[in-house]
Amino acid sequence: MTYKKQDVIDQQMQDLNNDGVDRRGFLKCMAWAGTGLVWTMSGGIPVSQAFARSMGHGPGQGSDFSFVQISDSHMGFNKPANPDVVATLQAAVDKINRLPDQPEFLLHTGDISHLSRPDQFDTVDQVLKSASATQVFFVPGEHDVLDDNGKSYLERYGKNSQGAGWYSFDHKGVHFVGLVNVMNLKAGGLGSLGGEQLEWMEKDVKHLKHSTPIVVFAHIPLWTLYPDWGWGTADSAQALGYLKKFGSVTVLNGHIHQTMQKVEGNVTFHTAMSTAFPQPQPGKADSPGPMKVPAEQLRSLLGITDVNYLQGRHSLAVVDSSLG
Amino acid sequence: MITKRNVSGRVSTGLAMLVMTVMLFAKSPSVRASSSNHDQPAAPPAAVKIDNFSFTPQTLTISVGTTVTWTNRDDIPHTAVSTEGVFKSKVIDTDEKFSYTFTKAGTYSYYCTIHPKMTGKVVVQ
Repeated sequence: MTYKKQDVIDQQMQDLNNDGVDRRGFLKCMAWAGTGLVWTMSGGIPVSQAFARSMGHGPGQGSDFSFVQISDSHMGFNKPANPDVVATLQAAVDKINRLPDQPEFLLHTGDISHLSRPDQFDTVDQVLKSASATQVFFVPGEHDVLDDNGKSYLERYGKNSQGAGWYSFDHKGVHFVGLVNVMNLKAGGLGSLGGEQLEWMEKDVKHLKHSTPIVVFAHIPLWTLYPDWGWGTADSAQALGYLKKFGSVTVLNGHIHQTMQKVEGNVTFHTAMSTAFPQPQPGKADSPGPMKVPAEQLRSLLGITDVNYLQGRHSLAVVDSSLG
Repeated sequence: MITKRNVSGRVSTGLAMLVMTVMLFAKSPSVRASSSNHDQPAAPPAAVKIDNFSFTPQTLTISVGTTVTWTNRDDIPHTAVSTEGVFKSKVIDTDEKFSYTFTKAGTYSYYCTIHPKMTGKVVVQ
């Protein structure tokens, strides 16, 4: 297997993918919001192309689709890092509505609210009503399960889910698995899936064909990105073990409020920006809290993730774009 | 001074004096107590500051009966939850507080359930 050596220029302010990503044999994947330039892995060879979903596809490719991931809306946050998280969430929805290829649904990877308060969940629901995609799938962040062990989260978003809110669904041949890794966190620890959820997941994917593309979404990253800040999931290796047989696995996470990507074999890990406030790069600050930037730069560090599935392609194309 | 100038004046006066003496003696324990407060603080409140994803001081040493107040000065909410189930705060947002009075000696480890890497300890002597 040969790789084309390509220079990849990071247009985004964060330049994050230079940190903490093992480059040997891994793909460094960038997205240029303006041009929609996208890197994909095709048969193991990184290929760049100006991305247009309809290219080369005539009618009859009805199983192509896209969806958008948003994350960390932190409704209720009002500190200097972003005094108006409603406006930036609305800006994210407006951006979604302007995408040339409209998403068929949205995935929200958690920290929907800032303090698990009913009015905060209500506001997010209200803003998302203006999205062109009417269906939204959620998984909770640690800010969504405060004080009541996730009861109010489950009441709103837990229909058809099990345990703390895990579930799976199929869409045009792609199998989606929503996981909860923010419950029962132990002192000094990372995110945690727990035995019951892992057992469920093993059974859930057991009888799927190896060619089924899998998308896993959860709040805290499912790879150990930066353990000092709790950016990782203690028992994710077990979950990923159940997915070893699949040819295409895409893991979508949030929590860290910046984009990071890692490719390991058939698995592409990707974290999304927040729609509320950015956080520092690993180790570049004392703590992973809200990062204040000049007001005019804020929207360039917030954003959405557009994910495209093209039938017959090995993997999904993941494109991040900022709000401004 | 209550005195009754009548036939039973003497008895009344004596009674009044007895009452006053009792009252005087009744007062003195508290006088002693306040001087003992100066020598040995009974249980002044203790404070833990939450800021920058840390509890400061990370280890707080106090005496039995002390009330510890956690104040969150960070721009993100936190909690203070004992690892042994001894105490559990609700979410503490910026500028909010949580207090707990430690009535038994021991070492109490706690952490923030939202950011579990944040840990602290209260040593009660």
